Amino acid sequence: MDLFEHQAKDLFAAYGIPVPRGIVAHTPEEARGAAEQLTGRVVVKAQVKTGGRGKAGGVKLADDAADAAKKATEILGMDIKGHTVHKVLVEEASAIAEEYYFSFLLDRANRDFLAICSASGGMDIEEVAHTAPEKVAKVSISPLTGVDRTKAKEIAQAGGLPARALEGAAELIEKLWCAFVDEDATLVEVNPMILAADGQVKALDGKVTLDDNAAFRQPDHEALADKSAEDPLEAAAKARDLNYVKLDGSVGIIGNGAGLVMSTLDVVAYAGEPFGGQRPANFLDIGGGASAEVMAAGLEIILSDPSVRSIFVNVFGGITACDAVANGVVAAFRLLEERGEAVSRPLVVRLDGNNAALGRQILADANLAGVELVDTMDDAARRAAELAAVGVS
Amino acid sequence: MAIWLTERSRIIVQGMTGSEGTKHTRRMLASGANVVGGVNARKAGTVHEGLPVFGSVAEAMDKTGADVSVVFVPPAFTKGAVKEAIDAAVPLCVVITEGVPVHDSTEAWAYAVAKGNATRIIGPNCPGIASPDASNAGIIPADITRPGPVGLVSKSGTLTYQLMYELADVGFSTAVGIGGDPVIGTTHIDALAAFEADPQTEAIVMIGEIGGDAEERAAAFIERSVTKPVVAYVAGFTAPEGKTMGHAGAIVSGSSGTAQAKKEALEKVGVRVGKTPSETAALMREIMRSRA
Repeated sequence: MDLFEHQAKDLFAAYGIPVPRGIVAHTPEEARGAAEQLTGRVVVKAQVKTGGRGKAGGVKLADDAADAAKKATEILGMDIKGHTVHKVLVEEASAIAEEYYFSFLLDRANRDFLAICSASGGMDIEEVAHTAPEKVAKVSISPLTGVDRTKAKEIAQAGGLPARALEGAAELIEKLWCAFVDEDATLVEVNPMILAADGQVKALDGKVTLDDNAAFRQPDHEALADKSAEDPLEAAAKARDLNYVKLDGSVGIIGNGAGLVMSTLDVVAYAGEPFGGQRPANFLDIGGGASAEVMAAGLEIILSDPSVRSIFVNVFGGITACDAVANGVVAAFRLLEERGEAVSRPLVVRLDGNNAALGRQILADANLAGVELVDTMDDAARRAAELAAVGVS
Repeated sequence: MAIWLTERSRIIVQGMTGSEGTKHTRRMLASGANVVGGVNARKAGTVHEGLPVFGSVAEAMDKTGADVSVVFVPPAFTKGAVKEAIDAAVPLCVVITEGVPVHDSTEAWAYAVAKGNATRIIGPNCPGIASPDASNAGIIPADITRPGPVGLVSKSGTLTYQLMYELADVGFSTAVGIGGDPVIGTTHIDALAAFEADPQTEAIVMIGEIGGDAEERAAAFIERSVTKPVVAYVAGFTAPEGKTMGHAGAIVSGSSGTAQAKKEALEKVGVRVGKTPSETAALMREIMRSRA
């Protein structure tokens, strides 16, 4: 889960990291009020979970409260790389002497953590990393030893920070490491980390990604989720513990196992090309078990998506044999019928693996309306795409 | 010979007394794997599924001669279980558990390295490893394939099963599910190197998916160090940017981790990449036919 800048800064502040005072505003009037409270010059910053806000015009300086309201009017509703701005952070303007870059992140390739530090921070850090990589220090961090004040100072020095900023930066970096570990983050980024005119080192921006797998020991993280931005179908699926991602096509997909479902999406998109470019409508992994209840819940979610014109159920019977999966499909149809929700769109089922023949027999005997059995994944994908192209037949 | 897991392997199960542990211990035993005991400190001295339960991995190894541990404990306890296995220096530790925080996986990996890499870790979030008709450590359905000359390494469980099933007529030396998490113990490269050295393995199937650059690095390794034919499959061409697709590690971030980049890297070093799992199986069958 990615956090908004204002959430990241709240988190930083909780770990004792200096951040500018700021207030979140959802309307120009709220922005005016916030600026009045903060007094003096303020910065109005779009709150969207993407980079490049400054270049897109999503960060503006305001001289007073009236100006803050005006700037908020300009920014609210803006589209930044496909993200609509619904709120701004109104922040006291900082007297910036220098801008640096700092981050901790998970290094998948080396299976450890990485500290990245540069004295050349600000909006063009990616450009710097590309054209002058020697100006960007990358320091491996072992999870066994971590980062103490001495290590933090070493990293700041490696990044080329000047002596006058070293102590402040080392303190910030050490605290940021605590936040990174204690909050189960996979990324904490401060860009820019500034040396203020008064000599203090502060986090002027913040980007944080939290590990969803750690939710069980991070009870505070759930409140940070942006419920309003969630796709309603994804939210409904999540409430039922389904692993679902909404996509933009017309073929609803149900499968077991993340890899097989990803593969199913690809095969459907590939097979859908000659049928007017039919594409998958979703990712839905019902897991290795593929029980009737989960199958029914999955079918319900997919049927509630109006863009779905056909459904492809692609199950490999490994741990759960195909006869059990077939019984699951039949039971799911009955469950839905009992709830008065007929399966209103054609369903293509491909069962392979353990007891595939028995599973197919069970489905054939059940004679469910609109259900077709196709033997191979490639042929089934083609048929599902074809059915989506002609609509409900 | 197979890689890492043979008919001589003696398996213990950490978390054997839990529901998943019980279910899959039963399945492993039914498939003929030599499961010799379990570990649960609170149930030490009892018998479960006809097998002795020990208080620690070290004790279980001492009493049974076990050299493989399969971990089914819940995510909150997985790091501790793996570190215990590392402390006992069990040669192979297969971590099935899904949902392990990545800080825990990273720490466990650093711990294994610090202890001299005496324990090979497979997983977490993986289906395990199976050498058909020899042994089976994890949850791979053993009965969908038979022994043969193909080695398989995959990030995905069900795609592993799919390929094992499609190529059942050819058969497998060993299938290794390395897992779909961002940080894992055994990589594509580790498995490729082992298959290259294994006399029974004549050709290799490699299955990748979006996220990270493990496939790109595997491609570089293949170019340098693999002489046996490799066919590959990559899943996730249609995955949108920034969305996690089921597996914690399966995410395209910006322009990195795409299926297209992985496919291109593999094809550049001469690996044939199938468009679908079936086409991948057909490519492998073609290779085996040309060698016959």
